Amino acid sequence: MPRGKLQTIPLVGGERLPQQESASLPLLTIRDVSVAFGGIRALDGISFDLHRGQVLGLIGPNGAGKTTLFNCLSRLYTPTSGDILFEGKSILGRAASRMAEIGIGRTFQNLASFSRLSVRDNIRVGAHCRSRTDMLSDGLRLPWMRRAERRIDGIVDELIAYLELRSVADLPMAGLPFGTLKRAEMARALAIHPKLLLLDEPAGGLNHDEIGELGRLIRRIRDERAVTVLLVEHHMNLVMSVSDRVVVLNFGRKISEGDPAGVQANPEVIRAYLGSGRA
Amino acid sequence: MDARDENPAISEPPADRAGIRFGALGWTGLAVVVVLAALPLFLANFTIFQLTMMLIYAIAILGLNLLTGINGQFSLGHGAFYAIGAYTAAILMENFGLAYGWTLPAAGLICFVSGFLFGLPALRLEGIYLALATFGLAVAMPQFLKLSVLEPWTGGVQGIVITKPDAPFGLPLSQDQWLYYFTLVVALLLYWFAANLVASRSGRALMAIRDNPLAARAMGVNNALYKSLAFGISAAFTGIAGALGAIVVQFVAPDSFTFALSVALFVGLVVGGVGWLPGALVGGAFIVFIPNVAELFNKALAGAVYGVILILLIYLMPTGAGGLVRKVADFVGRRMKPRPDR
Repeated sequence: MPRGKLQTIPLVGGERLPQQESASLPLLTIRDVSVAFGGIRALDGISFDLHRGQVLGLIGPNGAGKTTLFNCLSRLYTPTSGDILFEGKSILGRAASRMAEIGIGRTFQNLASFSRLSVRDNIRVGAHCRSRTDMLSDGLRLPWMRRAERRIDGIVDELIAYLELRSVADLPMAGLPFGTLKRAEMARALAIHPKLLLLDEPAGGLNHDEIGELGRLIRRIRDERAVTVLLVEHHMNLVMSVSDRVVVLNFGRKISEGDPAGVQANPEVIRAYLGSGRA
Repeated sequence: MDARDENPAISEPPADRAGIRFGALGWTGLAVVVVLAALPLFLANFTIFQLTMMLIYAIAILGLNLLTGINGQFSLGHGAFYAIGAYTAAILMENFGLAYGWTLPAAGLICFVSGFLFGLPALRLEGIYLALATFGLAVAMPQFLKLSVLEPWTGGVQGIVITKPDAPFGLPLSQDQWLYYFTLVVALLLYWFAANLVASRSGRALMAIRDNPLAARAMGVNNALYKSLAFGISAAFTGIAGALGAIVVQFVAPDSFTFALSVALFVGLVVGGVGWLPGALVGGAFIVFIPNVAELFNKALAGAVYGVILILLIYLMPTGAGGLVRKVADFVGRRMKPRPDR
């Protein structure tokens, strides 16, 4: 396990970083995270850093522990040991509903739309954490509530334009094409105004062209909106083409970390993906 | 990803379909309010009383709709909150001499707290299990009201008789007419509140929880808090309806608030359309008038006729009046030329 050596990571694509001085502190630190379900170790001492302005691809064969790690990051699971730091502070004491407010957004592997709401309202829910109102002032339409709504509408309109959702904005999510729904959910996650965006197998169910489009979108989000991305994905081409760094898991352990080319050349990674019996 | 070329700067503004629908519904709503305001001028006192009860049940169903239709939580026990509201009004008026108008906010507040507190443990329950727990609440309520410890306030099995208020400021209205208008104004205010709520950040959070609780949490929605608040607000609406009911009927007794009341409210909700707020009025009308209509057909078989009417309605409009209106609005909307954005 080459874990120890890889703690200090040279920045790839450092020119894309919005502020250089913050680059010294990793945005996200996974520190020796283990998860056990009963007697089964789903994750075993995983550590890596994610720096601002990067796209980090997390890959591994089925059952490698990607989803378990993802669920730890979105606070659905709590690690048995280890810590997860966001901007230097542990997130393990936070409820899942309090991740958005510190700037961690996520999308879902299979769609998780608010299906009876319009695309616009779905994105508005994404902006939930960006204003504070209470039910009484909402029910009475008090002035500060209306001001907050106008501000949210501004955020939502911008995202609708950014993700080319204008023609479907006022239609209910139920019944829209799959690709459109995925884009709408991306808009919803961006409405959080995330510093870190967790993407859970975003290529699932998309065709070849749509995956190409998704790759360009991920890079645009990183470059234009200064969003750091953690990408959990099966689709090798997508991960290798958009990631600045790649972490490979197998059987709950990190077997490799580095830039896409280096990881692809790693014999252990090749073995994990193609089986050890390979000639 | 769908590569649609759609430059926002040059593309046509999208057709505001929701806008058309709302506009048409807005005019319909205005017409309904005008008719409701004019009705008591032409009707006998008993019919006015029935219309008042229709509005009162509509308020109760509106509350239930916020919980079930908007937040996706079931309740077969809203009769219990109706009872709490009714007794709050009766006790405050008869034991403490409070003016009837002030009993409404008091009933609303007490029911909000009761609903919120009931909602907290109910957070662990979903769907039919929650329905069962609320059913327990409805079954327990009449017994609870008969408790001898509470008899000095509740009057035990005898209940409490309330004096009927007169129209204030020397208005030339009968007591029934006055109570009708009083109820209508309260109903409109509460409807306005509910509609605002649904269209707001809080309302969207409630609907997000209904549609996908996991995703709602990831968007920063505190599911537990919102679900408990939904229970509280819903109970407050139903409690205010109960208070109005007590004032209008001039009497509260434990056996007016049996499980049958909770079922009636639930039926009204489904007939009016789950998730469609104006459906509450249809539901209220159903609760008050359909048993009478059933009796007109055949006095001996009224229950059976009522059942058949209910079955037919659900077959013909499986999504309630709300679903029917939506279908008609969609149909009309497709035929009308899309109006440009404001």
